[in-house]
This record gives sequence, C-alpha cells and structure tokens, in this order.
Amino acid sequence: MKNGRREEAERSAERKAAMAALAMASGGEIRRLWDAAGFETDAQALRGPETGLVTVRGRIGGAGAPFNFGEATVTRATVRLPGGEIGHAYALGRDKEKARLSAIADALWQNPARCAEIEEKIIAPLKASQAGADEKRRTEAAATKVDFFTMVRGED
Amino acid sequence: MYVAVKGGEAAIANAHALLADRRRGDRDVPALRLDQIVEQLGLGVDRVMAEGSLYDKELAALAVMQARGDMIEAIFLVRAYRTTLPRFGYTRPIDTAVMQVERRVSATYKDLPGGQLLGPTFDYTHRLLDPELAGGADVAEPEQREAAPEPMPRVSEILAHEGLIEPDGSLPDGHVTGDITREPLEFPMERDIRLQALSRGDEGFLLALGYSTQRGYGRSHPFVGEIRIGEVELELDVPELPFPVTLGRIRVTECQMVNQFKGSAKAPPQFTRGYGLVFGQSERKAMAMSLCDRALRAREFGEDVVAAAQDEEFVISHSDNVQATGFVEHLKLPHYVDFQAELDLVRRMRAGHAERQGEEGEQREAAE
Repeated sequence: MKNGRREEAERSAERKAAMAALAMASGGEIRRLWDAAGFETDAQALRGPETGLVTVRGRIGGAGAPFNFGEATVTRATVRLPGGEIGHAYALGRDKEKARLSAIADALWQNPARCAEIEEKIIAPLKASQAGADEKRRTEAAATKVDFFTMVRGED
Repeated sequence: MYVAVKGGEAAIANAHALLADRRRGDRDVPALRLDQIVEQLGLGVDRVMAEGSLYDKELAALAVMQARGDMIEAIFLVRAYRTTLPRFGYTRPIDTAVMQVERRVSATYKDLPGGQLLGPTFDYTHRLLDPELAGGADVAEPEQREAAPEPMPRVSEILAHEGLIEPDGSLPDGHVTGDITREPLEFPMERDIRLQALSRGDEGFLLALGYSTQRGYGRSHPFVGEIRIGEVELELDVPELPFPVTLGRIRVTECQMVNQFKGSAKAPPQFTRGYGLVFGQSERKAMAMSLCDRALRAREFGEDVVAAAQDEEFVISHSDNVQATGFVEHLKLPHYVDFQAELDLVRRMRAGHAERQGEEGEQREAAE
C-alpha cells in the first residue's frame, strides 16, 4: 500500500517534469522532434487550444505575504487519443500548435506502452537542450562574478 | 437643446493611412521584424511588459512597433489587449531564492553567499557612444567560467539572523490578496495592493518620487541590500492535474532596499525594508519601486507623512501612465460645446468687470 503510494508520487513527479520540459521548449523544437520520431498527431480536441491569462504572484520581501504583480499569456489544450488517454498542456505564450502537440505527448506519456519512447525521443532531448542552455547562461554569469582582493599598505 | 455634430470620417481614415505610412518610413530601409525588437531592444520590450502588466515578449514587441517606439502608447496597446483574454487563475507565488540568476549585487555585503555577479549591466561603462556598434561590427561570444553552482540566499535572510531587520512583510490572518484588476482602488490600502500598483506604475514617475525621498522629502536612508535579475519558474494549480503545472519561466528583477530606522512609539530601532519586483530586466524601476514602497509605509511605522512620496493616495492615484495619459490627452479631443459655453461665460464676466470698473472710475472722479 505504502509502496503503491510512493510509486504514484514518483510517477506524478515524472509526469510533471515531462510537462515542464514541454512547456519550456519552443514550439519549433517540439515540432522538429515530433516529426523526426514520426509520432501521430491525430487527437480529439476536448478543450482548446485556447489562450488566456494567469495572474503572476510574488511575495512581499521575497518570502512574505503574496501579492499580484502582473499577468502573463498562457495557452492550454486538452486532447483525447483514440485509445482513450486524456492529455493536458499548459505553457506561457500563445503558441496553440505547441499546446496541442504537448497535450498529445502528455496523453501518450500516460500510456505505459508508449511512455518510454516519448521520454526518449521527445522529453529527454528537450531536457538536455534546456540543461545545456541553463549551464551556458550560468557559466556566462559566473564569469562576471567579482573577485575581491585586499591590498595591504603600510608597515603594521 | 442638444445638437449632434458629425464629420471627419474621411479625415480620420486618411490620418490613419498616413500614420501607417510614417510608421513604415522609407521603403528602401528594411522593415523591422518582431524578433529583432525582442532580441535587440529587449529592455524596451521589458518596460512595455512591466507597465503593460502582461508578460509576453512578442506582443510587447508588436506594441512597440505599432506605437512607433512610443512606450506609453505601446503600454496602452498591451493593456487593451489583455482585457480581451479570459483568466485561467493565479500562479503560485514565485520563489526568487531559487532564481536562475543572471545578475546579483549587494551594496551592503561584499562577501555574501553566491557572491556578486555583475551580469549584463550598463554599470561601469563609460557612456560613450560607440561608432563600431553603428557600423554593425561582429560581437564576440561572452566569457564563461566553470564554477560549481552555489546557492544564493536572499540578503534579507542573512540580516534576519541577527534580528536587526524586520521580517518579510506579512498581512493579517485571513487577508485575501487584493487585485487592482478586479476591484476599484480604495484608500487606505494594504501593502499587497500598493505593490501591485507600483509594479505596473510609470517608471519615470516612481523614479522621480524615489529620488525625492533621497533628497529629503520623506528621508529614508536607503541601502541596496540586494538586486537580483534572472528567471523564475511559474506554477499554476489546476483541477485536472494532481500537481501544480509548470508554465515556463519569466525574467524578473527584484530589489531589496534596506532602510535605517530610528524607531518610534510603534517599533524599536531596526532596519526596515522596501521591496521591488518587476517583470523583465528593469533595475531602475525595481529600485524606484522599493524606495516608494518604503516611503508609503510611513503610517505603519508611525512616521509623519510630510512628503509627496509618503502620500499613498497621491502616489497610487497618479502612478498609472495609461490612466494619466488618457486624462491628459483627452484634452485635445473636441470640446467645442464646452468651450463655447465658457467663451460665453468669460464674455459676460468681462462685461460685468468693465461695468464695475466704469462705476468705480465715476465714483473716484466724483470724490476728487
């Protein structure tokens, strides 16, 4: 029972990570990987793709009470595959084709027979390119780190 | 009697066609593309997103192009667009402590965990115009430095250990986070609503008010505890998923201003704080916002409200440049009837004035 719950939580975390990789990718990147993998693009649209807003929240002082500080465009889609799996997608921006493909990917991901190939051909390459881009940005910022040194003057 | 006057349709249509022509300019010059604006005029795009209160780079770039580079017009366009969209919900509050940091500086601590990262800053440039840039010279790739990732706690957390600084701002239990896009402004207001208004307030207005506090109009002895710029993840709770869904990342600028405070009947001597949080890379705006936030907390600390920057109703009512430009610019629209009425009034007042002058003159003559 306990193991089952832990497995479910892990599964949930993996699905969240896969959806995050899709959300952070560009529509063009997803499309390219999708075409290369030759995955199906047929799915019944249950909702959207549709664009709307989310209100973005921060916290006073960084970690205090929440406040709203602006809005962002978000596009979402929900699809059903012929096999019955339902997939969702949410991502910043207004790219409807990206949302639709991401929702199909999420639906396929939930099918145990397809999950591995979605992970391998779509999610893993996206995660790798995102990690590479993050690392590049981080090392570029690190090069602007100030190294202080102290100059000692006088005898004592 | 009310007389409706119509006319000007052809003039308006032709004016808009002329605007489109002037916007395009010389046809021998290549037309701008949105990706050029996003990539090469990024801070202008950031300002339009911050004050338009809508994070969407392509839309902000389109607004800049359509407005011919007029920032307030571009902000107006973005604000108008956002009213056409449904709202999916409120994100979870962003966590700036785990930001993918591109710039982070502190003026209060030299050696702080994570260090000082200058990032892509104008600071320490000589502010000399660069003819090479005008010539379209190639730009070298930036340097990289291999270094293990280090955690970068907010500076406020360091000072907090000694108890010398007030904690992050809290609001009373049961307080529902306010939203100025849903409810009209009411004074006095809580700090969360003020911060929302300041975050989309006009950069120039807040800059001038922040500056005024430094020059003695509501003195506040500020130090930049920390400025950080970088990307944070957005997450949204949705009913169809058992976890908060990641929407992607946005770039924000955060400023923690630290202010000396002598203490008052309400609070002991300590460092108090002003907070700034803005879309995009916008350090000046985040700093100005945090100065204004601190000044506007005068009531909370039992300080005398003596300066404009401390006057909540004055600051918040006038910080929105879309409202401000709407009211100022409406003056140029036809006011023919109002003006005719005033013209008539002034004529009658002048006639009365001349009559009184005449009478006074006669009385003076009689007295002499």
